Parts: sequence; structure tokens; C-alpha cells
Amino acid sequence: MEAILLTIVLAPLAGALIAGLLRNQVGKVGAHSVTILGVGISCVLSLYVLYLHAFQGAPVYNESVYIWMVSDGLRMEIGFLVDRLTAMMMAVVTFVSLMVHIYTIGYMAHEDGYERFFSYIALFTFSMLMLVMANNFLQLFFGWEAVGLVSYLLIGFYFKRETAIFANMKAFLVNRVGDFGFILGIAAVAMYFGTLDYAEAFAAAPQFADATITIWGDTEWSLMTVVCILLFIGAMGKSAQVPLHVWLPDSMEGPTPISALIHAATMVTAGIFMVARMSPLYELSETALTFVLVIGATTAFFMGLIGIVQNDIKRVVAYSTLSQLGYMIAALGASAYAAGLFHLMTHAFFKALLFLAAGSVIIGMHHDQDIRNMGGIRKYMPITHWTALLGSLALIGFPGFSGFFSKDAIIEAVHHSQIAGATYAHVLLVAGVFVTALYSFRMYFLVFHGDGPRHFEPHHEAHDEHGGAEAQEHHHVEDEPTPHESPWVVTLPLILLAIPSVVIGFLTVGPMVFGDYFDGVLFVAAEHNTLGAIEYHGVLGFMLHGVMALPFWLAIGGLATAWYVYTQKPEIARNLARRLDWAHFVLDRKYGFDEFNQAVFAGGSKLLGKFLWLVGDRAVIDGLAVNGSAHSVGKLAAIMRFVQTGMLYHYAMAIIVGLLVLLGWFVLRG
Amino acid sequence: MMGFEKFLFYVFSVFLIFSAVMVITRKNPVHSALFLVLAFFNSAGLWLLAEAEFLAIALVLVYVGAVMVLFLFVVMMLDINIAELRAGFVRNAPVAIVVAIAMAVELLIVVGPQRFGIDVVAAPEPRPAGYSNTEELGLALFTEHLYAFEIAAVILLVGIVAAIGLTMRKRPETKYQDPSRQVTVKASDRLRVIKMDAEEKAR
Amino acid sequence: MIALSDYLIVAAILFSLSVAGIFLNRKNVILLLMCIELMLLAVNINFIAFSHFLGDTAGQVFVFFILTVAAAEAAIGLAILVVLFRSRQTINVADLDTLKG
Repeated sequence: MEAILLTIVLAPLAGALIAGLLRNQVGKVGAHSVTILGVGISCVLSLYVLYLHAFQGAPVYNESVYIWMVSDGLRMEIGFLVDRLTAMMMAVVTFVSLMVHIYTIGYMAHEDGYERFFSYIALFTFSMLMLVMANNFLQLFFGWEAVGLVSYLLIGFYFKRETAIFANMKAFLVNRVGDFGFILGIAAVAMYFGTLDYAEAFAAAPQFADATITIWGDTEWSLMTVVCILLFIGAMGKSAQVPLHVWLPDSMEGPTPISALIHAATMVTAGIFMVARMSPLYELSETALTFVLVIGATTAFFMGLIGIVQNDIKRVVAYSTLSQLGYMIAALGASAYAAGLFHLMTHAFFKALLFLAAGSVIIGMHHDQDIRNMGGIRKYMPITHWTALLGSLALIGFPGFSGFFSKDAIIEAVHHSQIAGATYAHVLLVAGVFVTALYSFRMYFLVFHGDGPRHFEPHHEAHDEHGGAEAQEHHHVEDEPTPHESPWVVTLPLILLAIPSVVIGFLTVGPMVFGDYFDGVLFVAAEHNTLGAIEYHGVLGFMLHGVMALPFWLAIGGLATAWYVYTQKPEIARNLARRLDWAHFVLDRKYGFDEFNQAVFAGGSKLLGKFLWLVGDRAVIDGLAVNGSAHSVGKLAAIMRFVQTGMLYHYAMAIIVGLLVLLGWFVLRG
Repeated sequence: MMGFEKFLFYVFSVFLIFSAVMVITRKNPVHSALFLVLAFFNSAGLWLLAEAEFLAIALVLVYVGAVMVLFLFVVMMLDINIAELRAGFVRNAPVAIVVAIAMAVELLIVVGPQRFGIDVVAAPEPRPAGYSNTEELGLALFTEHLYAFEIAAVILLVGIVAAIGLTMRKRPETKYQDPSRQVTVKASDRLRVIKMDAEEKAR
Repeated sequence: MIALSDYLIVAAILFSLSVAGIFLNRKNVILLLMCIELMLLAVNINFIAFSHFLGDTAGQVFVFFILTVAAAEAAIGLAILVVLFRSRQTINVADLDTLKG
């Protein structure tokens, strides 16, 4: 088992190192072959591990592989904890990663830094696997930071572009805020529980359920609440929850495959994974759960609203991702960990699909990302169109599609939750369904329906249409008038992702959400058991119940509204935007988070830095300490120099006068 | 009526102070040096009165005989512009006088009769007839102060070496022989055999 | 009888005169050296007087060593003077200001 797990982790790393360090030797083909081979091995073995756990009932694997150091009884080690949760995450991560690897061959075919890109995404796969397979907090933190690093590198992949540099700096800084909380949380765990190991920490946690600590002043804080909220701040950064969400939309500066892999399917869900993994801790603090629930619901609804007014195809999908992450977080807050993880899985498939479809459209549109310029693409890119439709239906939760099951389970669970803030969250999540349908199909109709592209710039780069491999066929001769379907390396992942997007929910909702799949992995206190409160009588019964519930009709309503407004009467949208000028303004400005951060945090830091520079550095250190001492020595020396004449008799005179004075003193003293 | 000793003391003292004044006021350094010799003689007399016979003789022999001759030798050897060196003599005189008087007053307050007078420090009994100051001093030097004495000897040696080392110089125009080069010389250094064509006989 | 203070007063006057000499002849190195000799002489008179009145030969031993050192000092001082004159053609102290930094 250990050999299999090590292979799963190290195969992508080997691929990354070869593609990265030997990129000049292996070349383009070598780079993508070796990384795809690594991730492919990893994927196959992960599916095997999942098979063992899901169907063979394999025991939980929890072993440490390597002890890094032991300090004052605190063990720091590398180890693997593989249970059903881990197995599921491993399968999702490696599968989506593999799809993205294949897709990238087509998407990045003519970009600079092709080998570098493959190296990064393989490295990302390694880091993400380290994160999900960790059996201790330290390794979790390592994976956490490593995926953050790769994310940073990939957002700034086009490092010659000013906006990309700004975006990756922003992502980096915002994640620092989150990670600061996260590492404080880990430190608190190490300090109070005396261990970094998951199993030991979880075993120790119940003893501390009522423990309080004082941080400053005399206020007593519940230890578990503090620990959980600190850890959750890390999750807020990584999973882009309000108010630390600002980096995710900007991360769309990275190449589209990255948006699909890192900023939709896997890395951003690390926060959800982490909270679910820590469920034994979170269950001990209702305050923390309320916090999680409120943050999640707020993100789910309000970020969805912004999605309605975005015009960049990738940004629409990005806000959709934010919104869906909010759903997952809300599920965690309602103690419906299984539902959150289930949505994580389904979302990974359909959101990766949507992103890759968006990328395919972008290829077709010659890297024009404005949906107002698109239209009627369904005629030119049928595969992209159909897969995107399936993805959108899954996203809005159309009955039978995967998103339906997961989203309904979440909404139901929140409905049954009794903790503070549950009502607020429930209202927002239900309303969010309408919003989701509206922005998803607004984009769908604007992109794929209509008479044809409203604005289309033929490619100006010269390409030989007939020569070369099939993979290059999506590049066009100069005067080609219309978009063109993408090559098979692009469409194949779309199809492969569309299949689970459609069926995975139907197949797995029973065991995963309402069954015993996560027994012994997730811990839910009896009074928080919201999923248990949902009456579940098989998949069909669940669907039937869903069809008769409010969320379904809201989704249909949103879909219909989008159809009517964006295909039949486009002027309604324009009028509405004009009438509700202020609302449009607020949404267009994304509630001013960016401006606020820019003005307060960036501006404040700049002011503080300038102040410290002028006062601390220049005035005190440079002026007073360094130059001041030099100047005073110089001035003193300038005065002393007059004493040193070089004339011997002056010195002799000084000696004699000194003698006189001494003698005088001696005489007067008596 | 003062005793003969006291008379001698005053004579020596007056001459000593007089010659000191002359030393510092003469224009010509040669005169100064000669007056300094006189001062040494007089102070040797004072030392004799204080029963330090060996040192009195040594002062005359060493100082007058050696050091002062050296002074005179140097003064006469160097071609000194006396007028230039005297510049500022008058201008400095008031300061010099004030400082000297201040110092003398202070010193006299300290060493005056009220502290060291005859009634404070009694005069010692005169030495018996067979007493030898030289023997006494020799005993002290070669027993108690032997190491210091040897160090003094080394200091004198160093003084000799330093004085010679400082003033010695090689004059390029001086002709002298270098024995080490003389013995290493080779025949080829002395004689060179050259070949040349025979010249046509001049007509 | 000659008192100890008499010797000391003579020595003090001699010392003051030599100080005055240093002030007066401050440009002439030879005279400066002579004044220093005079000072040493004054000091030696003090030593001899105390040695005589206290009946202790150590004072005379001191004088002996002072004479030794003074002789060495005079020899080296004059040697320096000769070298100085050779290189600078002057013994004017006012011209010797290379000590100035």
C-alpha cells in the first residue's frame, strides 16, 4: 500500500521535475508526455485506491513515512492518511488534472513556456496530493502553501503582462492573510493538543470542548472556537470566501486550463476539504459553525449576483465558482459535511468542464473573452456547445444532473439546521439558485445562441491550415470568417468530463450523502445531524421531492428569464441596467471590495511604509544614527583639528601649562 | 654669622642661577652651551656640599666632559641661522616670565622653609672621616639595584647604536674597497678578449 | 647650617628658569635640549638633597640612572638633530610641522 501511495504522490513530481529542469532536453513533446505519464499513473492508481476503499472496504491507512524531526515531543513527519474521503479527493484531483493535462496540449500549443506550464501543473498535482493525503497538520500546511505557490506562479504565467503580475501579487497577498490565520490555528493545535497528528489531535479535542483561553485582556475565549475560526480563515483565503475572495476573479489572468484545474476544481476546494477533515474539531464549536455557515451563504448569493453583470466569459465562470464554493462552505457550516464534499466532487467535474468549454470558445474566438462579442457559436463548435450545455445544466441543478443532487442536499441540510444564522443562510441559498440559473444561461445564450459572432477578428498569425497535425487545425488562415471547432485534445477532455457531470450525482448521492460512505471519516454531533433529518427514499424519490420543491422552480425560472431576456428581448437587459443604475454600478464594482482593499490596505500599507521610511529609516536610522554620528564625529574632529598644530612648542606649552595647573591644584589643596 | 659651608652654598647657588639665566638668554648657542657647563660645575659643587662626591665627579666627567662637548660639537658643526631662531624672543618674554614666576611661586610654596626648613628636617650628622661615598653607592648599585644597573647599561648601548645608526650615511663620492666583492671577482670581469679585422695600413 | 629647603628652593628656581627658557627659545631645538638638561639638573639636585637629608642612598642611585638616561637622550636627540638638519637645512621648530594631521 505504501508503495502505491508513494507512487501516486511522486509520479507527478517526477514528471514536473523532468519537464521543468530538463525542458531544454526533452522539448515540448517530451514535456507533455512525461507529465501526462506521471499524472496518468497517479490517476489510475488513485482510482484503484478509491475502488479498494469504496467497494472492497479497505481499512483506513494511517502511517507516517518519514520523521522529519522531533522537537520537545512534537513530532514533525510526513505521513499518509488514506480513508474514503482522501480516496475520493485523490480520484477527483488526479482525474481532473489528467483531463487538464490533455486539454493543455491543444490550448497551449503555440504559447511560450509550454514546458514550464506542464511542469507547473504536474507540480500542482503533486502538491494537491500531498495536501489531501496528509495525516498531520504540518504536511497539510506544506501542501497548502505548495498549491498556493503553484497557483501564484500560474496566475502570473504570462509574466510579461502587467495585469497578470498584479493579479498574482494580489492572490499571493490575500492568501497570506488567510494563511496567517491558518498557521496560527495550527500553532494553537500544537500548543494545546501537543501534537500535529490528525488522529491524536482529534482524539484529544473533546477534552478541550469547554476549555477557554485568554488572548488579551480578560476576555475568555472558547479554545475550540478560536482554533476552528483561525483554521477557517485559512480556508477563507484558499477557498475564496468573502471577504478574502478578491483574488479569485483576478486569477483568471492565468491560462484557462489553470482556471479549470486550480481555480475551480481542486485547489480552491482545499478549504472545504480541510474543514471536512477537521469535522471532529468543528463539531465542538457551534460558534465556529455559525461563522462558517454565514460566510458561506453570503458568498454563495452575493458573488452569484456579480456573475450576472460580468462580460468576460472566464470571469462569469469565476464568480460562479465563488458562488458554488459558498454553497459548499454553507453545507459545512450546517454540519452537512458529506453534502459539501459531494458538491465539491460534482462541482469539480462540471466546473472544470465549463472552464474548459469556455477555453475552447476562447480558442475559437481567437482569445477574445468578451461574451458580448460572441453569439451563435453552437453552429461552429457543436461539441463545445453540447458539453457546455450539459455543464450549465449540472451547474444550475437541473434534475438528474449531478449538481441537482448536491445542491438540493445542501439546501435541505441548511433548511434543517438549527444553529444561529441558518435561516439567513437558507434564504440566501435558495435565492442563489435563481441567480445561478440566470447568470449561467445568460452566458450560455449570449455565447452559443444568436445569429453569429457579433464581433469576430480573424487571426492575424499565419498558419498553414492543411499542413501539420490535426492538433493544429484550430488555427486558422488569415481570412477565416468564423470560429472553428477545437481539436480532439481539447474536445476529448470535454466529453470525458461531461460524462461524470451528468451521471455522477445520480450514481453516488445515495451512498455518499445519505449512506455510510463517510462513516468513521466525518464526525457529526447528534444535535447537528442535518443530513440525517432529510427523508431519503432512494434516488428517484429524492428527485421527485426535488422537482416539487422551490429551488427547482427557481432554477427553471432563472433559465427561462435568461432565455427570454437574452435571446428574445435583449433590450430588456439594457433598460434594466439603465433603470437600476445604482444596482448595476454596485455589482459592476463588485461591492467595492477591490477599491476598499486598494485604498485601505494597500494605501494604508503604503502610507505606513512611507511613514516608516521617512521617519524611521531616513530621519532616525539614516539621519540620527548613521549620518548623525558621522557628522558629529566630523564636526568634533574639525574642532579638534585646530588643537593639533603640528608645532612641537605648542605641545610643550600644553605640557607645561598642564603641569602648572596640576601644581596649582596640589598647592591649593594644601 | 653663617658658616663656611653656607657661604659656599650661596656662592654656588648664585653662580648656578646666574649661569642658568645666561643659558636661556644668550643669542649665541655656543655661549649658552658654555654657560651650561658653568651651571654643571656649580651644581657639582652643590652636590659636594650634600656629600654626593661620586655623583659630583661623575657629573663633571660625564656631562661636562662628554655631553656638553657633544653639544658644542653639534652647535658648531651645524650652520645655524641664529637670527631666525631668535625671532619672537622678545615677544615671548612676557609670557615666559609670567609662567616662570607662577611656577616658581607655586614651587616655593610647596618646598618652602615651612615644610622643609632646618627646624622641620634636621640636618644629618656629617659623615665620619673614613666614609667613602663611592663605596656606598657601589654597594647599593651592585646589590640592590643590579638589574636596573644592567638595564641602564643596555640603554646606553642602544643609545650608542641609535646615534650612530641615525647619523651614519654612505657618501657616494667616497672611495672605499669592498673585500667581499674583491674575493669573488673573476678573470672575465677584468679582461675581455675581442676579435677584430686587421686594419689596412695607413698610407 | 644649610637647610633642605635651601636646596629645594635653588632647584625650584632652576626649574622655573628652564621652563622660561623653553618659552623663550622655542624655535631653537639645541637650546630646548639644553633647557631639558637644566631641568634634569634641577631634579637631580632635589634627589641629592633628599638623599642627603634622609640618609638614603637610593636617591643617589636614582640620580645615577637619570644621568645615564639623560646622556643617552642627549646623544640620540643630537643625532636626530643632525639628521634633521641634513634633510631640512634647518633646526627651526616652526618649520617642523609635519606632525599635523
